[in-house]
Amino acid sequence: MTHQNEYRKPLPVPSAVSQQFWAGLREREVRLPRCRQCEKFVFYPRTICPFCMGVEFDWVKVSGNGKVYSFTVVRRAMIPAFQEATPYVLALVELEEGPRLTTNIVNCDVGNVRVDMPVQATYDDVTAEITLLKFEPA
Amino acid sequence: MTLNRSAAITGISEIKPTPSADGKTTLGIWTDVSRQAVLDAGLSMSDIDGLLVAPPIVGMVAMWPAILGEYLNVHPKYEDVVDLGGASPAGMVWRAAAAIDAGLCKAVLCVSGEASDIDTFYARRSRKPTAQLPGREFDVPYGPMGVNSGYALIAARHMHEYGTTPRQLAKVAADQRTNANANPDALFYDTQLTVDDVLESPLIVDPLHLFEIVRPCTGGAAIVVTAPDVAKESQHTPAWLLGAGESSRGTLLSQVDDITTSPIAKSAPKAFEMAGVERKEIDLISAYDCYTITVVVTLEDAGFCEKGRGGPFVEEHDLTYQGDLPLNTHGGQLSFGQPGLAGGMSHLTEAVRQLQGRAGDRQLPDCELAFVNGNGGVMSEQVSLVLGVE
Repeated sequence: MTHQNEYRKPLPVPSAVSQQFWAGLREREVRLPRCRQCEKFVFYPRTICPFCMGVEFDWVKVSGNGKVYSFTVVRRAMIPAFQEATPYVLALVELEEGPRLTTNIVNCDVGNVRVDMPVQATYDDVTAEITLLKFEPA
Repeated sequence: MTLNRSAAITGISEIKPTPSADGKTTLGIWTDVSRQAVLDAGLSMSDIDGLLVAPPIVGMVAMWPAILGEYLNVHPKYEDVVDLGGASPAGMVWRAAAAIDAGLCKAVLCVSGEASDIDTFYARRSRKPTAQLPGREFDVPYGPMGVNSGYALIAARHMHEYGTTPRQLAKVAADQRTNANANPDALFYDTQLTVDDVLESPLIVDPLHLFEIVRPCTGGAAIVVTAPDVAKESQHTPAWLLGAGESSRGTLLSQVDDITTSPIAKSAPKAFEMAGVERKEIDLISAYDCYTITVVVTLEDAGFCEKGRGGPFVEEHDLTYQGDLPLNTHGGQLSFGQPGLAGGMSHLTEAVRQLQGRAGDRQLPDCELAFVNGNGGVMSEQVSLVLGVE
């Protein structure tokens, strides 16, 4: 519980639409919605498929592997709780299955991150309820 | 449908940006710039029958057009809030022209600006979010630095794909500062800035340095867009709308296939086609510049150079008012200031000043055609305009 009290960064608030994504992370799995109609993976989770207007999705476990599409080293943060963590790497990671997501690259010196670098999922239990999906060098 | 010569900008006003509000209020600033713009157009408030407002970034208020209209005693037949981020002012111009062209009104007052400073800006960032938006759930927990980090991601990818260098980006900020040094109204009028100064300033979000990033400040601007018959009677040379194009994508970069190419690649060709004007005919480029990378991407996507060659292009050309490719002759937002959405209006007011021959020490010789680009979000919203005098 101490850990939870100490965490002051903004937390996601899982919704009915996204709950399975966050639940997957708690169980050390990356699960993404896949459109039943066009069979494309969709991220972020939403109620309509952006590719075909489909409205039915299956939640599918994906590899958690990807590569850095772009990244920046944040040296000055907007939110005080993040200022303490600077410098940190904010990145767009492209998953093997296609979707890109915003994340952090961790377990790696900020000076060693490169575009196109292979990365793999790592799970950060920031509170008793929430696990964030971060990536580390593969 | 074309909006070519359907309306003209005949009145402008702008107050000198200041680092803090000094007791000014947003409504007070709007009133000030509205009055001056209407007088500049040679009109009175009773002539104004259209009202467009760009919402302030700080503070959420409903029904701005009614509030401002009441304060000014303006009762429009056409009114709206144009909420395209920094692209709002450019977006107002063609919306006003379309309303005029449809016969709804004849003189549209377009207003922007706000009382803002670094403290109120940071207070807004720390505020508890009230809406359940995808960005709040999937981006914010990872610590983006507002839109700063979004533009940094674009810059880093641009460097990776095209070999663009920090020195090339810094050149944009340095040339624009030279312009600001000839504009007494610019926030950084009194301070010089070299390429080395930019590169030696602290990295904030790699690869962007402090002096490649706009700072919040207080200020405001307004323009009056009028029908051709009204424009022909105006006291200043009308700045005619010749062409307009608009295009958008989402606000989250995770959703964008190619982050180094912006919707300007769609909006600018529409504007040039409607205007019947070639890139090489343009005398002034007024390109939205929240960051240095924004200008480089704009020059590429608007077709002034080949895609990916924006870096070498800004290095090869002199972007100052004395140069071979005058760009943001007022200093751009990087050196003039970004008083909320009035920052995006500064590109318009400067283009009109240059077209009308009212740009003082930095006046371009023979400025007849200007390209204006408005940008909102993380290159999300784009409005491209061609303005001309003839």
